[in-house]
Amino acid sequence: MSAVYEKVKGVLVDKFGVEESEVSLEASFDDLDLDSLDLVEFALAAEEELGVRISDEEAEQLETLADTVKLLEEKGAQA
Amino acid sequence: MTSVLKGLGVAVPSRVVTNDDLAATLDTSDEWVRTRTGIAERRIAEPGVATADLAVEAGAEALKRAEVDVGAVVVATCTADRTIPGIGPEVASRLGLGTIPALDVNAACAGFVYALSVASGLIASGVADGVLVAGAETMSRVTDFSDRSTAVLFGDGAGAVVLARGEPGEPGEVGPYDLGSDGEGADLLEVPGGGSRRPLDAAALAEGAQYLKMDGREVYRQAVRRMVASSEAVLAKAGLAAADVDRLVGHQANARILEAVADRLGIGEERRFLNVARYGNTSAASIPLALADADLVAGERVLLTAFGAGMSWGSTLLRWPDLPVT
Repeated sequence: MSAVYEKVKGVLVDKFGVEESEVSLEASFDDLDLDSLDLVEFALAAEEELGVRISDEEAEQLETLADTVKLLEEKGAQA
Repeated sequence: MTSVLKGLGVAVPSRVVTNDDLAATLDTSDEWVRTRTGIAERRIAEPGVATADLAVEAGAEALKRAEVDVGAVVVATCTADRTIPGIGPEVASRLGLGTIPALDVNAACAGFVYALSVASGLIASGVADGVLVAGAETMSRVTDFSDRSTAVLFGDGAGAVVLARGEPGEPGEVGPYDLGSDGEGADLLEVPGGGSRRPLDAAALAEGAQYLKMDGREVYRQAVRRMVASSEAVLAKAGLAAADVDRLVGHQANARILEAVADRLGIGEERRFLNVARYGNTSAASIPLALADADLVAGERVLLTAFGAGMSWGSTLLRWPDLPVT
């Protein structure tokens, strides 16, 4: 598991109240009961915690946490 | 010398429109609107009622309670009765204030905080010893009720306060201020038609250019970031920390935006105030409407922060005076 994934997991558990046991790379935002506004908030939190900016267009394309981690790593996220 | 808050009055239309009422003609639901926005219902002005009518009603209440000699009127609005003139002069005349200076401030949802700062400036510059500051909107007049992304968000209403010359440390002291804007985001939240760039010709009307359009996600993101930074800036200016704030009364646009702002400032649930459920987003009227509902206690330090179209934002601090509220 990458450091970025661990960071994403931490944000989801701490800020969005997601159960740690539900978080996996395959999980989608839908699976985690996160709605469209949560996704906007997640992008904001990622920017604050990881220093990379996810645009709205990019955020809309994200389905699973694997997609999310990949995008964050491509953008040079430092966990 | 500083400015202090002396009176508060509010006015809302009597007609209540619930989420279920809107869901009768829109593809939405009460549950969807509540979970995304925190809004349960809003007030909508009857046909023929204009923004100045609401401002006058709220202003009369504020004046009655203030017992201060008012020498200027500032109305925060982005939904004035007409394109020209602003409603400030009409509000002043209808309140029997005579031929005093009066103007509108259009900073959309941040308008009330901007207007307070303008009033403080009028007091500091010696133009007036007391200023009536109203935030008044009829957002329903620019709302496209067939657009489910915006129709559920807005409502009509007005609130007004009187600011008067006072001494630092006096109950009701308002300030300092932090204000800002970013015109690069002008098209993120706009009514494109009806101005000089896009007159309302037949083509513009057919397109719905007279209605408000919003890029909700980007506005949400910027709203959180700007209100947090502005709140921190105004606290720093005052030499205070978020821990010194007794109540956060933010612009009531969306419960989740305010929760996100308060979380980042470290202001806990018990120090936040929300009444967006009752009125929706009433733009410049939302802060005085919230002040009237917040059950504030004399001496409490209140942080006001707002963000809206422009993009425009602003924050200030207020030491709540012993003020009767309706």
